[in-house]
Amino acid sequence: MKFITIDKKNWTKGIDKSRGTYRLFGPVKDKNWCMIKELDGDILPDMEYNESVMSAKSVLFPQSETILNTSLNESVEDHHIMKRAKNDYTARAVLGIRPYDAKAIQLVKMNFDTKEYKDPYWCDAYEATTFVGMAITKPGPFDFSTSVDSGPFCEEGLDILLADLDDSFIAKILTPKGESFAAACGFDSTIDDKESQALFDILRKEAEKNINCRVETDKLKEKNLLDLHGASFWDDLAFSCINCGTCTYVCPTCWCFDIQDEAKLKESSRFRNWDTCMSPLFTRHATGHNPRGVKVQRVRQRFMHKLKYFLDKYDQGIMCVGCGRCVKSCPVNIDIREVCHTMNTYEKKD
Amino acid sequence: MENPYMPYPVRIDDIEIATEDKSLKTFKFVFLNEGDEEKFAYHAGQFAELSIPGVGEIPIGIASSPVEKGFVKFTVFKTGVVTSHLHNMKVGDIMGLRGPLGNWYPWDKLENKNVVIIGGGFAFTTLRSSIIYMLDPANRSKFKNIDVVYGARSPGMLLYRDELFEWEKRNDINMHITVDSTDDPSWKYHTGFVPQIVEQNAPKADQDTYAIICGPPIMIKFTQPSLTQLGYKPHQIIMSLENRMKCGIGMCGRCNIGKELVCKDGPVFTLDEINQTPKEY
Repeated sequence: MKFITIDKKNWTKGIDKSRGTYRLFGPVKDKNWCMIKELDGDILPDMEYNESVMSAKSVLFPQSETILNTSLNESVEDHHIMKRAKNDYTARAVLGIRPYDAKAIQLVKMNFDTKEYKDPYWCDAYEATTFVGMAITKPGPFDFSTSVDSGPFCEEGLDILLADLDDSFIAKILTPKGESFAAACGFDSTIDDKESQALFDILRKEAEKNINCRVETDKLKEKNLLDLHGASFWDDLAFSCINCGTCTYVCPTCWCFDIQDEAKLKESSRFRNWDTCMSPLFTRHATGHNPRGVKVQRVRQRFMHKLKYFLDKYDQGIMCVGCGRCVKSCPVNIDIREVCHTMNTYEKKD
Repeated sequence: MENPYMPYPVRIDDIEIATEDKSLKTFKFVFLNEGDEEKFAYHAGQFAELSIPGVGEIPIGIASSPVEKGFVKFTVFKTGVVTSHLHNMKVGDIMGLRGPLGNWYPWDKLENKNVVIIGGGFAFTTLRSSIIYMLDPANRSKFKNIDVVYGARSPGMLLYRDELFEWEKRNDINMHITVDSTDDPSWKYHTGFVPQIVEQNAPKADQDTYAIICGPPIMIKFTQPSLTQLGYKPHQIIMSLENRMKCGIGMCGRCNIGKELVCKDGPVFTLDEINQTPKEY
C-alpha cells in the first residue's frame, strides 16, 4: 500500500498512455445521464460525475454476452459441437468506479466463483480488470452505503482509491494490480503515507457525515426465514409494484441471467442476458405451472433474496451495498430501506 | 478452468417411443469423444442439460443407470421449444450433454434400509435409474426390501413397460404397478391412484425404511398423507423437485426455494428439508 499524487494536468496524458495496455471503462455523460461505458478512442472518463444510472457490473457481466457457438452446417467439421466464444479478456480498467459498486462486485463474486463451479466468463473478466475507485465526497440523497458495510471511502474490491483534491488526485494504491495500472499511466509521485492516510480519514469522515440515512440490518439474521416469508406485510408492500424490473437492472448486486440460443443461417450461438426475478417468465415451468406466478411472490423473492437468503447462505452481510439506485429509479417509490426496516423489526404474531 | 457451460458432444444412437400417445420418447446417446463418458460419471437421481445448438437446453433427469455402460438415456416429454425440436431429431444427429448436475438420492444413507419407491406418470426416469442400480448384482445385497409403487393414467402410458413386467416376476423386488383406469380385461395389476395404492400396499414405516417419491405435484401432495399415515417421518421421505432452470450450476438464480437452489442443492431433498423452505416449486 502506498500513496501517490496525480496532478490533474497530467491526468489525461497518463490515462491515454495506459490505453496501450488497458481497455478503459468509465463514467461518460449520455444525454442527461451518466453511464459506465467503454472509453473508445480518446473518450475520457467524467471523474466529476455524481452517480451513474447503471453500476459497473456490466464491465464483467455484459447485458448480453455470447458464451458458446458452433456451426450447424453439416459439411463443416465439428458442426453442432459447441466451442467457447472468443471474447476479449485482455487487461481492462474501470476508472472512477464508486466504492459501493466495487464492493458489489465482491458480493457477485460469491455467486460466480464458487468451490464447485467457476463461471469462466465472469472469472476471466474479473481477473483481467483493475478497479480504480473514486471516493465519494458528496454522497447523494439515496446513499445509505455506510449502513451496509460499504461507504464513500470503502476500499473493498478496489485496486486503487482516488480522492479528489480539486487540482489533483491522491491515489491510494491498494494492490499489485493497482500498482501496475499506475505504472502504465506513468503516475509515480509518491507522497507521505501517514499524512495522506490522515487526509483520507478526514475526507472520509466529512463524506460520511453527509449520509443522513441509517438502515438497521442487525436483527435480520436471527429472524426465522419462513416467518418472514409468511409475513402479512408483503401484500401491502407489493401492491404498487408494476414488475418493471428496473430495480434489478440498476442493482449492482443483481446477477440473475437467462440463457438463450440463436441461429442465423448456419451459425448458432448461445448467449446469456440479464434477467429479472420480477418477470413471471423467470420461473414459469414448461407445463404452465408457476411457483412465483403472482406479483407479490416475485416482490417478496427479490427482497428475501437480498436481505435474508443471501445473508443466511453466506453469512457475509446482506446482498445490498446501499447505492440507492433502486430507490431512486423505482417508478412507484418502493424503497428497500423501508422494506429492510420492516423485515428487521418484524415480530411474528401468534 | 473447466467450463461448466460446455456440453459434451454426443450422438443420438437410438430413439424409442415410450408411451402410446407418443408424447414421450427415450433417447439413447453415445459420447463422441473418448474419455467423456468417464467424466460424465453420475449417480442415480442426478440430471443433465440436453443441449441442442441453436435451439436451447433443457434439464432432464438421467434415466439410464450408473451400472449401464457405453451410453446414457433420457426419456423426454414433448412440451416446449427444445423438447419439440428433440422429438423431431433423428438417430445419428449430433448434440450436446452437460452434466451430471445436482445431487442424487442418498445411496450411502439408504444402505441396509428398506426402500420404497413411489413414482407417477413420466416422473419415473430417475427412479428407473435407481431401480436398475439397486438390482445390480453388485448392489442388491446393500439394500433390504425394495418396494415400487408406480402409476400412470393407462397401461399404455407406463414407461419402461418391458422392464416393469420383468421386475414384477422377480422375487427380490415388490412391484405395485397401477393405472388410474383401464378397460383392458386382461390387466392383471392394480387399478387406482398412486396415493391409494401406497396406503394399501406400501410397507409400514420403521426406522429402517425410507420412501423416495417422484411425480407430478398433485401426486406428491396426496401421497404425503398416505405415507404419514403409514408412519413415515419427514426425514424418511425423500423427494426430487423440479423448477425452471437455465444454468444448472446454481448461478442464474431462478430455481431457488428460499436459499436452496433446486439445481445445485437439490433436486433431491427430504421432506424435512423442504419443510424448512418456502413452497416455491
